[in-house]
Amino acid sequence: MALTARLPRAPALLRAEEPLVKADMVAVAAGCICIALLTVAIFAPLIAPYQPDTINAAAINQGPSAAHLLGTDSLGRDVLSRALYGARLSLLGPALVTILSTTFGTAIAIAGTWVGGAFDRLAARFMDILFAFPGLLFAVLAVVAFGAGLIAPVIALSVAYTPYIARVIRAAAVHERQLPYLETCQLLGYSSWRTAVYHLVRNVRLLIVAQATLAFGYSLLDLAGLSFIGLGVQPPSAEWGLMVSEGDSALLNGYPYESLAAGAAIVITVVAFNVLGERLTARSQSRQ
Amino acid sequence: MNTQAPSRLNGNAAEPRLLDLGGLRVELKTGGRWRTVVQGVSLNLEAAQAVGIVGESGSGKSVTARSIARLLPRGARVSGDVRFDGEPVWAMNRARLRRFRARDLGIVYQDPRAHVNEMHPIGDFLTEGIRDHSPRERRELAVAALGATGIPDADRRLRQYPHQLSGGLLQRVMIAAAILPGPRLLLADEPTTALDVTTQSEVMAILAEQRHARQLAMIFITHDLDLAAAVTDTIAVMYAGTIVETGPSATMHEAALHPYTAGLLAARPRPARVASLYTIPGRPIAAYESGPGCVFASRCAYVQQRCLQARPEPRPLGDHVVSCYRAEELQGTLQQALERA
Amino acid sequence: MPALLEVENLRKVYRVPGGKGRNADLVAVDQLSFQVPAGGSLAIVGESGSGKTTTARLIAGLESPTSGMIRVDGEARKPLPWARGERARYARQVQMVYQDPFTSLDPSQTIQACLDEVLRCHFSQDTDARGSRISQLLGQCGLDDRHRHRRPRSLSGGERQRAAIARALAAGPQVLILDEAVSSLDVSIQAQILNLLASLRSALGLTYLFISHDLGVVRQVSDECIVMYRGAAVESGGTQNVLGAPKADYTRQLLDAIPRPGWAPRRQAVHPASL
Repeated sequence: MALTARLPRAPALLRAEEPLVKADMVAVAAGCICIALLTVAIFAPLIAPYQPDTINAAAINQGPSAAHLLGTDSLGRDVLSRALYGARLSLLGPALVTILSTTFGTAIAIAGTWVGGAFDRLAARFMDILFAFPGLLFAVLAVVAFGAGLIAPVIALSVAYTPYIARVIRAAAVHERQLPYLETCQLLGYSSWRTAVYHLVRNVRLLIVAQATLAFGYSLLDLAGLSFIGLGVQPPSAEWGLMVSEGDSALLNGYPYESLAAGAAIVITVVAFNVLGERLTARSQSRQ
Repeated sequence: MNTQAPSRLNGNAAEPRLLDLGGLRVELKTGGRWRTVVQGVSLNLEAAQAVGIVGESGSGKSVTARSIARLLPRGARVSGDVRFDGEPVWAMNRARLRRFRARDLGIVYQDPRAHVNEMHPIGDFLTEGIRDHSPRERRELAVAALGATGIPDADRRLRQYPHQLSGGLLQRVMIAAAILPGPRLLLADEPTTALDVTTQSEVMAILAEQRHARQLAMIFITHDLDLAAAVTDTIAVMYAGTIVETGPSATMHEAALHPYTAGLLAARPRPARVASLYTIPGRPIAAYESGPGCVFASRCAYVQQRCLQARPEPRPLGDHVVSCYRAEELQGTLQQALERA
Repeated sequence: MPALLEVENLRKVYRVPGGKGRNADLVAVDQLSFQVPAGGSLAIVGESGSGKTTTARLIAGLESPTSGMIRVDGEARKPLPWARGERARYARQVQMVYQDPFTSLDPSQTIQACLDEVLRCHFSQDTDARGSRISQLLGQCGLDDRHRHRRPRSLSGGERQRAAIARALAAGPQVLILDEAVSSLDVSIQAQILNLLASLRSALGLTYLFISHDLGVVRQVSDECIVMYRGAAVESGGTQNVLGAPKADYTRQLLDAIPRPGWAPRRQAVHPASL
């Protein structure tokens, strides 16, 4: 009886599929907060009890009450409604900065990694120049040149954030680039475009999302800061940074509600996005 | 050498063995879950003896060796006996452990580049273990060690950095560094797997010379049964975290008693070409993937009902120790199949 | 009958930084010539620095030779870089399986998607036809529906290598280069893959170029072999002859160094290439 006789029934020795997303409760909690904030921003008109700019001279600087859950500001406007509507402008700016800087940062990183050579060196030098511009200062210069509002700071911050994202993505892309599976794409006759976008980018996409999330948090802080010093969104718009600034006289008189609500909103949002971004970054790097 | 649980170390006249593993069990935490990687390994070693631990991936051979040096990840759960010269290794305090690792134990790994500091010349690395000598003595000892491992021009080499040496050369330096402090036990974890076969022969020859000169005991871990047979006195075959067979190296290739060992031997590509190689169906499993019965039951061609129910204990058969219910009756069959394969 | 794969005076020279700031020439492959008939299996054996992997990469078209000629199915290969159409056409002639199954598959792709991509890029079939072709490929390589929707990370080494073979076969090549394709596998799995390769060769009429350092494996899979040392061929011929009655000193040294029953390690007379 040889060794090959009576082979047993094929054993089910397939390795159990490991669950891909192990619940990271902190990241999930942060993610839920982020989603809640975005939902609030979108559905503000449906949720807010009042219009954000309804002035009510009779109800100036009131504390929280049944009628005004978070009190009123120095013009009698409902703080809660202003905070809810304020989410729209407060989150729109960062969203634009995130989209622009992530798109350009990723494109430059992937293109540099893929093409290599002189192009890569040129792109790296260009990024080095951009690194030299501190984001907030650049935004202030843009406002001075093009006027206050949302557009100028958004563009300036997008430019300033691009090199940071590009640097992180490029490091990951360089690591992936040397792995054989990208070379097999060449062997199989795939076009460079397909290999770079469908294969390389897909394998760093978690990192891209992570960096975008972080950029959102940081740009929100920068833009709120600009509005605070009067160079961003202008009154009478509702925006958190602006609200913190507008509430400062009431604050000194013992009515902190407007500043507090807006400040809390900023802190919660930035922390939630930063925590989510850091967790995603860690997860993407542990995959290597 | 036998693989029965230690019965002697209870303070009476029996002299302690150099190394004694009794019922070693190791659990590691991976991906948030505790997984058994070694389940009940008993092994012992006398001075100047060499044992080869042979296994495929998941067999637990590397973890077993690391348990001897207490080099497991923090928080690993270890139970069972690990005794060096009668002294329990896992009960040593930090100072004793450090002396144990520096003086009594030498370790050679598979990838020398991962275990050496690229920023320092290799002279520094070689003499790390003998810092209690004077600088002149250290240098002389280092030069002598390099010479003994067949590296010419030792003075120049001592000043070179790891990246300037080839893989084979660096591995020789690792061996020199491991034996320079005069250890009594050498743990060699796949030391030549990454080397060319001619370099491997050279490196193993040097290792054998050094072992003889210094009466050094060795645990040699490899997946290559023939290599282990050539450089050790005894072979222990591991599968799924346990030892399935132990026997003298010289005759293992023709007198294997466990179906897994026979399967491994038959699966090697043969000198005379055959139509197709014998294959063990399925893939090698780790300890935590095995069931209540014999660890090899799911892939064994001779499995019976009792094999699935309870794990066979290791028992002596001739000069082997084997964990198989059917070892006696399969003896002739396995040998015939091996000859024919 | 003309050979399917022909290589003539193949030479590859690299510029490497030498000592004293000058650049030196490293000859990785030196005047290599051989022929492989259709359905044949040639092994290139050597240790590190022998040039065997460079030869494989030259024939696969991943690097261009400094001089010399490569002919597949009677047609001489154009020098690199290749246009897209040419690259696709050559891909349907010659494919390669890499040594490490863990990094040669895209980790974010399921096996199904991976094979589907090859079929979509090379053949115009509808979804159903592609689906059944994928089933056929999986079956030929010893995989089944359980593996189809998995990503490489949840497959074992042997399964990944089978998937890599299936991917190479999906392009429908005539020549398959196996660059140390079984070296990273466990012994028992290695035997399975070697048997698979042998049966694929006879079932599909493939031609193999087998790169390996393992003489036992070479004996098992190849009809002819070439022994390389530092870029040059030191011996060639039928595998049984070369390994059974070697003429070159280096071949003898290589054979002597292989662990086997009754063997003992020895210091080497000729300096090994890797030192």
